[in-house]
Amino acid sequence: MTDRPDHIPWFRKMLEIRLFEEKVQELFMAGLIEGTTHLCQGQEAVPVGAVAAMHADDVLTNTYRGHGEALARGMDAEAAFAELMGRSSGCCGGVGGSMHLTDFSKGNVGANAIVGAGLPIALGCAMAFKLREEPRVALTFFGDGATNIGTFHESLNMAAVWKAPIVFVITNNLYGEYSPLRSTTPIEDLARRADPFGIPGVVVDGQDVDIVYDNTLSAIERARSGGGATLLEMKTYRYRGHSRADPAKYRPDGELEAWKARDPIDILGGRLASEGQLSAEEQQNLRKEVSAEIDAAADRAAAAPPPTFEEIQSYVYAG
Amino acid sequence: MPVRTYIEAIRETLREEMRRDASVIVLGEDVGKKGGVFLATDGLYDEFGEGRVIDTPLTESLIIGASIGVSVNGLRPVPEIQFADFIFPAFNQIVSEAARMRYRSNGTFSCPMTIRAPFGGGVHGALYHSQSVEAFFTHVPGLKVVVPSTPYDARGLLRSSIRDDDPVLFFEHKKLYRSVRGEVPDSDYSVPLGRANITRPGTQVTIVAYGLMAHYALEAAELVEADGISAEVIDVRTLRPLDTETLLDSVKKTGKAVIVYEDNRFGGYGAEIAALLAEEAFDYLDGPVTRVAGPEVPGVPYSHGLEDWFMVDPDRIAEAVRRLAAY
Ligand SMILES: Cc1ncc(C[n+]2csc(CCOP(=O)(O)OP(=O)(O)O)c2C)c(N)n1
Ligand SMILES: [Mg+2]
Repeated sequence: MTDRPDHIPWFRKMLEIRLFEEKVQELFMAGLIEGTTHLCQGQEAVPVGAVAAMHADDVLTNTYRGHGEALARGMDAEAAFAELMGRSSGCCGGVGGSMHLTDFSKGNVGANAIVGAGLPIALGCAMAFKLREEPRVALTFFGDGATNIGTFHESLNMAAVWKAPIVFVITNNLYGEYSPLRSTTPIEDLARRADPFGIPGVVVDGQDVDIVYDNTLSAIERARSGGGATLLEMKTYRYRGHSRADPAKYRPDGELEAWKARDPIDILGGRLASEGQLSAEEQQNLRKEVSAEIDAAADRAAAAPPPTFEEIQSYVYAG
Repeated sequence: MPVRTYIEAIRETLREEMRRDASVIVLGEDVGKKGGVFLATDGLYDEFGEGRVIDTPLTESLIIGASIGVSVNGLRPVPEIQFADFIFPAFNQIVSEAARMRYRSNGTFSCPMTIRAPFGGGVHGALYHSQSVEAFFTHVPGLKVVVPSTPYDARGLLRSSIRDDDPVLFFEHKKLYRSVRGEVPDSDYSVPLGRANITRPGTQVTIVAYGLMAHYALEAAELVEADGISAEVIDVRTLRPLDTETLLDSVKKTGKAVIVYEDNRFGGYGAEIAALLAEEAFDYLDGPVTRVAGPEVPGVPYSHGLEDWFMVDPDRIAEAVRRLAAY
C-alpha cells in the first residue's frame, strides 16, 4: 500500500465537497443563493478519485451537478460560493451560478447545463492534444441520462476512430431527473455502451475512492500513451433529489439507506482508521476544521460586491 | 366564471383535448409519472396511460423527430421540451423536417403537432434556463409560433394549436405559470391563431408585446396614464402568422409604436414588427418606431442585479413611451 498516494487529502476533499453542499442548502434558505442547485452528495468519491488521477495540465468538462469536480480540481471554495451568490469574485464573475462552475486556469473547461453538450467539447480538447502532440488527456463527466442523447454516441464514435486521449466518465446515480434509469434505458450496465465502438468499457464501484482512482488512472494512462478512449461507468447514488424542487419521492423505500450504508466518506474513513492513518477522533477534528473553513469561505464570498453590467458586456467579444 | 392559473389552464386543456380526441398524445422528458417538471402534464399519465403519455429518454431530437413520424400517421402529438433552452438539439427536426413536410410532399403530408416549451427569464435560471427562442422559429415558413400571456388565451390558443393541421411552437412564459390568474370559462371556446388582442385601448402610443412583456406593457400603460399619456396595448399572441391588420390599424390611429420583447434586441422578433410598420404605416408615423428589448449578451446572467438589468420592466417601457409621446 506504500505506493498509493496520500489518502488524507482525498478524505479532506470529500468532506469539503459534502460540507460545501450542506452550506449551499443553508445559504439557499437564507436567500443568498437563488434559482436552483443540483447537489452531488453521496457521489463525492467520483470527482475526488477521478480528478486525483489527472495531471495538472489535463482538462475536464462536467455538468450542472458539478460542485464536486470543481472543488476536487482545486477551485477555491470562496470563488465557488461567490459564483453561487452571484458575486463579481465568483469563478464566472457571477454570470453562471451553481450550474456553471468553470475555471479555465484549472483546466476546467466548463460545467454545462445542456445535457450532452460537454462531451464533444472534451473530445475537441483531446483532438487538439493529439494534433499538437501534447501528452495531455481530457476527461468528461456526465450522467447516466446523458448516455441517451446523440452527442454521447457521436463522441464515443469519433473518439474511437481518432484514438483520442479522452476518458468518458459516466456518473451513474440511477436517475435522470425523476426517471429511474431502467425506464429510459434498456440495459443496466452502461459500460456496455462502449462495445459498439470497440473501446473498453469498465463498471466501477463509485463509492470507493480507491477503486475510482485506480480505474481512472489506468484509463488516463492508456489515453496518454496513445491507447485511445475508455468509458468508465461509476456506480453511485445521489442522496438528494435532482434539484432543490425535488423531494425524491420516487425512490423505493430503503434505497437511500442502503446506499448511505456505503457512504464514500465513511468507506475511506473506515480504511484510514483501521490502517492507523487517521483515527475516528482525528476525523472528527478534521471535519470541524473543514467546516470552519467552509463557513469562513462563505462569509468572505458574501461580502464581495455583485458584478456590474459594464463588466459582463466586455466579455461578449474579443474587442 | 372559474379562475385558473396559467399552468392550470394548460393542464386542463391538455386533458380535455385528450378526452375529446384519442389521436392526441403527449410525450417528453418526465411528462408521464412525474407530470412534467412544472407539472403541466400532471394527472394525464394516470388518466390516459403510458400509451398516450410517453416518458421519453433524454433526447430532444428524438422527441421531435418521433413526433413528426407519428403525426404523419394520423396522431396529434403534443411534445414537451422541458425548457425552451433545450430545444436546440431538436432544431434540425423542427426547422428542416417538420416545417417542410407539407411543402415537400405537395400538400400530402402534414405535421399536426404542438411543441410546448417554457421560456423566458426573471426566475434566476441563468444561462441555460432563461432564454427566449421565438425569433429562431418565427423566421421559418411552415411553422406557427404562439405565445399566450393569460390563462384565458393559454387555454383558447392551446386548443386551436392542437386542432391545427400544421406544426405549432407553443411557448409558455415560465414566470407566468403560477403568478398569473384569470377567468377561464369551462366552455369549449377557442382563440383563433393569427389574431392579436387589444388589451387596453388608447390613442397616443401603441405598445406591442407578448408573453410576460404583455403584462409589463399594461403596467407601463398605467404608469404613463399618470402623465396624461393614453397608450394602447396590443398582445400579439400569435407571432406567426402575424395579425398585421390589428397592428397597422392601431399604429395608423396613434402614429407611434413601442415594441417590447424580452429577448436581446438585435435580430429579435420585434424587428419584424418594426419593419412592418416602417413599410406599411410610414405615412402615419409621428415618431420613430421604438424597441425596448434585452441587452446584447448571449444568455441571461445569474447574478440578481444583472438579471434585473437584463429583463425589460414596466419602468423601462414607460420611459420609452414617455419619450416617444413627447417626440
Ligand atoms: C438537452 C437537455 N435536455 C434536458 C435537460 C433537462 N435535464 C436536466 S438534468 C436531466 C437529467 C440528467 O440526468 P443524468 O444525465 O443522469 O444526470 P444527473 O442529473 O443524474 O447527474 C435533464 C433531463 C437538459 N438540461 N438539457
Ligand atoms: Mg443520473
